[in-house]
Amino acid sequence: MNDMTMTAEAKAMEHATRSNEPKKPVYLDYQATTPMDPRVLDAMMPYFIEKFGNPHSRNHPHGWEAEEAVEKARKQVAELIGADEREIVFTSGATESNNLAIAGVARFYKDRKNHIVTVVTEHKCVLDTCRHLEQEGFEVTYLPVKPDGLVDLEALKQAITPKTALVSVMAVNNEIGVIQPLAEIGRICREKGAFFHTDAAQAFGKIPLDVNAMNIDLMSISGHKIYGPKGIGALFVRRKPRVRMIALIHGGGQERGFRSGTLPTPLCVGLGEAAAIAKREMAQETERLTKLRDRFYDSIRKRLPEVYLNGDLAHRIPGNLNISFAYVEGEGLMMGIKDLSVSSGSACTSASLEPSYVLRALGVEEDLAHTSLRIGFGRFTTESEVDYAADRIVEAVQKLRAMSPLWEMAQEGIDIKSIKWAAH
Amino acid sequence: MAYSDKVIDHYERPRNVGAFDKNDQGVGTGLVGAPACGDVMKLQIKVSPEGIIEDAKFKTFGCGSAIASSSLVTEWVKGKSLDEAASIKNTEIAQHLALPPVKIHCSVLAEDAIKAAVADYRKKREGQV
Repeated sequence: MNDMTMTAEAKAMEHATRSNEPKKPVYLDYQATTPMDPRVLDAMMPYFIEKFGNPHSRNHPHGWEAEEAVEKARKQVAELIGADEREIVFTSGATESNNLAIAGVARFYKDRKNHIVTVVTEHKCVLDTCRHLEQEGFEVTYLPVKPDGLVDLEALKQAITPKTALVSVMAVNNEIGVIQPLAEIGRICREKGAFFHTDAAQAFGKIPLDVNAMNIDLMSISGHKIYGPKGIGALFVRRKPRVRMIALIHGGGQERGFRSGTLPTPLCVGLGEAAAIAKREMAQETERLTKLRDRFYDSIRKRLPEVYLNGDLAHRIPGNLNISFAYVEGEGLMMGIKDLSVSSGSACTSASLEPSYVLRALGVEEDLAHTSLRIGFGRFTTESEVDYAADRIVEAVQKLRAMSPLWEMAQEGIDIKSIKWAAH
Repeated sequence: MAYSDKVIDHYERPRNVGAFDKNDQGVGTGLVGAPACGDVMKLQIKVSPEGIIEDAKFKTFGCGSAIASSSLVTEWVKGKSLDEAASIKNTEIAQHLALPPVKIHCSVLAEDAIKAAVADYRKKREGQV
């Protein structure tokens, strides 16, 4: 329709439709990182130039000012998990926290205990740290998960021995968003006398966490997953009963000797502010994100057959979906939705051609694992964004299925598994 | 990662998507790759009695480079004899599409698909004799 023939009403409608369209590209990868909340940046700004002091300078006002800000931030972080502020160690991020917690505890207790229990779906920084410890002579048990992504508590009980120093189970999985039964795991660990570490990078600020009620001894925390700055994280280290660790970074003995180095005051303030906002807004944000998630997922399922959710839906943070779109390869799909920033479970770009190890651990078949997308919603996601994203994904999947030989076979009733494929 | 303009063009406007009747005596079908590896290509050629490829169709499950590689070869094989088609090298495909090293296997698969389609057609003809 050109402008000459378009009625005023049609024009107005077209304008309304257009103005309802979200700004592109649409960001739907909130498990990878989050934008900073402007309120967080506001809180940080004074500490770059004006209040630049070294928080460890104990003998002048510039130092005191910075120290006060850092200690306030430490309290804000502690309050979100029911901890004492003296139990919070600032680090560069959750990767460092996980390294420190696992290697630090293992090495301290190595004369008495030499065993670690963890789970196959953990983040690489946990698994890789465990691999290194194996090379140092530690024994590591990697527990499988059930098809819903949750750890089997009986298997966990069986795995813990008197030699187990540490059990490390993530709170929320980064790919599939499932929430592990932390309170039950904590109870088992306490009964068996093993420390319980949880990587809470994807959970802190998203779900209620209480280190005492859940018997958590160590907890890794990230700033940039909760609308705070990148480059800052924290490790909760329990004081009673005391958890001891050997530091990874040596120097001036800051952070109770666990982590030397001058604290980055603005980043600490940012993490603290982000935690405080998360504490205030968690309930309403959870409700809003659940609605958006359901709206998106319903819209997809209504229009597309053969889509499969990976990981349990009930025990899941609302900001995550991980969906396999059968017969459509994930990276090819991503190319068809270029103005959506989502993540693919297919690893077609990697040299190994292995799909996600997390999905494989759930028992998702390799061919389905190649068809998965991780879609992450967050604080700044809008209804028009999820509607737009659902439309684009449906279009792309339909187009790619029309050109998929596997979809064609499925329509003809041919079982893909009956074919003898030549691996390449 | 960035795709070349040619890959994007073939991905967005794939040439010759579709299927011929695989039981047609004048049609050769090549099905290569594996779902577990994230790439499956089906390439079909329709061959004249004189042995010239008159038409070609494809369907591909895979990344953009896999789709582009198969789309490209459907264009290239048309008008060629079976021997000419079967002599297309993966390096020519990779070069034409400017595939990065991690995507070279897509061009290998496309070459394999042509060879498989030609072999299928030849097998059918032998069966007739």
